[in-house]
Amino acid sequence: MDVSMLQRTYTDLLTSLFREGILNQQFIELQQLQDENNPGFVNEVVSLFFEDAGRLITELISNFNQQAVDYKKVDAYVHQLKGSSASIGAEKIRSVCQTFREYYDKNDIQGCYNCIQPLKQEFMTFKSKLEALFALEQQIVAAGGSIPMMRH
Amino acid sequence: MAVDRETQFHVLAVDDSLIDRKLIERLLKVSSYQVTTAESGIKALELLGLRDEQSSSPSSSSSSSSSSLSTNQQEIEVNLIITDYCMPEMTGYDLLKRVKASSSLKDIPVVIMSSENVPSRIDRCLEEGAEEFFLKPVKLSDMNRLRSHLLKGKSQVQENEIQQNQDDHKLKEDNGEISSSNSLNCKDSKRKSREIEEELSSPERKRQRFPSSSLAVES
Repeated sequence: MDVSMLQRTYTDLLTSLFREGILNQQFIELQQLQDENNPGFVNEVVSLFFEDAGRLITELISNFNQQAVDYKKVDAYVHQLKGSSASIGAEKIRSVCQTFREYYDKNDIQGCYNCIQPLKQEFMTFKSKLEALFALEQQIVAAGGSIPMMRH
Repeated sequence: MAVDRETQFHVLAVDDSLIDRKLIERLLKVSSYQVTTAESGIKALELLGLRDEQSSSPSSSSSSSSSSLSTNQQEIEVNLIITDYCMPEMTGYDLLKRVKASSSLKDIPVVIMSSENVPSRIDRCLEEGAEEFFLKPVKLSDMNRLRSHLLKGKSQVQENEIQQNQDDHKLKEDNGEISSSNSLNCKDSKRKSREIEEELSSPERKRQRFPSSSLAVES
């Protein structure tokens, strides 16, 4: 495998994630916390997010499918999701959560409801892109290369 | 108890979010702090040796003010507490109040983190004695702001304990008792403050120190 080609693909993917607003500067902050002593930090935190967010979104959807929706509970879930997505730089997810909470504050139930599908969608996109990113990282390292750092 | 520790500052980080705990832990470690994390205010208080309603009693025996809490083997000594605001059961604000109300913990600087920028919330925390308020997500650059609070807290603890020891000693001399409840802490603080004095030449050292009960706002 050509290392430089892998590295180019990696950089292209990462750049596109920023351009599309899927990631924000906070992701770079995370990468800067990673070093030789802690090489799996970003992967670890993002994987935690996959689990955490996946669980929260499942709860959200199941709550919305009920006869009587507990909006306070739902808002609490979204608050959590907003926090964790902000912490890792998952910009689009964070943004949808923010929109949800704005609707919630205005008691706009329809508005809230309309955020659920996009939330799920954004999460699935985020997950698949980041998994692809991590896979590329592994390939680069396996091929003896180093992972290109992005300066934002 | 008088273990010779490195001059590394020890920070207790409290957050109910696992992801945020991982993040703050990493931020602190990269910044060369020793870190202990807690997932709740209650757990944090346990680690600090403060059980419900309990604060150090003046009549603690000389063997250690923590002897009555010896069942809790995880008890730690920290130089700073950094806590999330929004937590279930006990908020960061509640934790702050408990720490400031405790004679053994009140001089530990407390920093509050929150994802929400609510001025009234920030004011309330600062008025209650928080050193600073960080907006989440916390960044590496925010870690630099901790150092001055840590140093202030350290020398504050030392100053207060020296003063308190002098007062206690006088009082207990008058009453025919002997005070030694703070002697162990004082020894550690003395050693550390000597080391701090040596390595310090920064402007922070010359900054006026506020008594812990007054407003401590960093501009």
